Amino acid sequence: MRVTVDQEKCVGSGQCVLSAEKVFDQRDEDGIVVLLDPEPPADQHDDVRQAAIVCPAMAIDLVE
Amino acid sequence: MDTSTELSSQERLQTRSDETVPAYPMDRAPRCPFDPAPELRSLDEGGPLNRVRLWDRSTPWLVTGYAEQRQLLADPRVSADTKNPGYPHPTPATRARREQARTFLSMDDPEHARMRRMVTGSFAIKRVEAMRPAIQQIVDNLIDQLLDGPRPVDLVQAFALPVPSLVICELLGVPYADHAFFQRNSSTLVNSGSSAEAGLEAQSNLVEYLNDLIGRKLASPADDLLSLLAAEQVATGALTQRELAVTSVLLLIAGHETTANMIALGTVALLEHPEQLADLRGTDDPAFVAGAVEELLRYLNITHFGRRRVALTDIPVGGHTIRAGEGIVLANEVGNRDQEVFPDPDRLDLHRDARRHVAFGFGPHQCLGQPLARVELQVAYRTLYRRIPDLRLAVALEDVRFKHDGLVYGVYELPVTW
Ligand code: SF4
Repeated sequence: MRVTVDQEKCVGSGQCVLSAEKVFDQRDEDGIVVLLDPEPPADQHDDVRQAAIVCPAMAIDLVE
Repeated sequence: MDTSTELSSQERLQTRSDETVPAYPMDRAPRCPFDPAPELRSLDEGGPLNRVRLWDRSTPWLVTGYAEQRQLLADPRVSADTKNPGYPHPTPATRARREQARTFLSMDDPEHARMRRMVTGSFAIKRVEAMRPAIQQIVDNLIDQLLDGPRPVDLVQAFALPVPSLVICELLGVPYADHAFFQRNSSTLVNSGSSAEAGLEAQSNLVEYLNDLIGRKLASPADDLLSLLAAEQVATGALTQRELAVTSVLLLIAGHETTANMIALGTVALLEHPEQLADLRGTDDPAFVAGAVEELLRYLNITHFGRRRVALTDIPVGGHTIRAGEGIVLANEVGNRDQEVFPDPDRLDLHRDARRHVAFGFGPHQCLGQPLARVELQVAYRTLYRRIPDLRLAVALEDVRFKHDGLVYGVYELPVTW
């Protein structure tokens, strides 16, 4: 799985961090998404898929 | 035939055709206070998009389908800008207020993103998690007072409203001593029956109050969000003091009206589902508590006046084409009862995975304060039923007054005892 994020689209809702905290973080100043792991291990995949679904800005892209 | 008669007959014709379009919002069934209006749901059975008639006789689209709601709320061709003539205003008062002062709720990107990003950092997960001990302390203090006080007691005034009010006051740096003033004005703003004059007056009372407070923060800053924003935005000229005051009103009101209603209404729902309440009371698993909060958000969906938008271009959706300039109202409470997404949707089930709910909206305007709301609700529900295990209603459910006329749904008061 390959993950990309679009910081321009991100609205800082933190839904991705709640879903998969090992893969996503937020910038301290403005809460914008930071990608920690663009190729997460298999045990994270369900959480990352969940993050992509709940992200309100549709700022998370997955290639499986 | 002169022009005036011609016009009025045309108007009459218009009115007649309007009468066939159902009026929105619709009433909930009195016996099912947690469920969306039956009429809304029967409309939804006919398809995810229907026309409805608003207070001003405009006939926007009503979107009830979960998939269609998410599609439209995330579509940049769908505008939240209240200056668009086709924007479906919820009430005369909200229309008047938005003409006078717009917040980022009523703006599109890039203006919206610029304004919203000023405050997003303060609601980031880590920042809010760091507030958890302070929130726990607030909740514990209020429960100490409850346990020492008389019974029965109104849980709204004694607990549900003070929890988020104290938290947002601490975050923003607003003196809690002023709570009677801002709660009174904010309840005018969220009542759908308020006149335009009353809405404008309440809004300007709050803007003036925050404008003064920001002035004082500029002169002598403290360690709070208003001081930070005053220094970063007003002192640098990025925003005027009044612009910041207008945004701050939104943070102050949104910070307590919604969460307070969730705490009180959630308590009613849990007391009516004792086996679910027992599971919540008995758990030591923070993940279960977090999941239970998501389910309560889905099931109760307290923002029941619809998210409001307007189409900027023609948009095909759900078998129809929404034309440029047409209003769109999205009924999240029906989307959250979509059985394709949430099997057996009318059942409150704290064990289900409800995280896809749209109670906070969707798209760029999705609630900014949701991380804070989540932590407040997790702490409040968890602690209240633990520390007062035999909490119960002190009146019959039929005698609880639900906020059918509120822009935010909840209960006016909640007499409880133990
Ligand atoms: S869920 Fe989406 S919008 Fe929210 S912080 Fe993550 S990337 Fe940004």
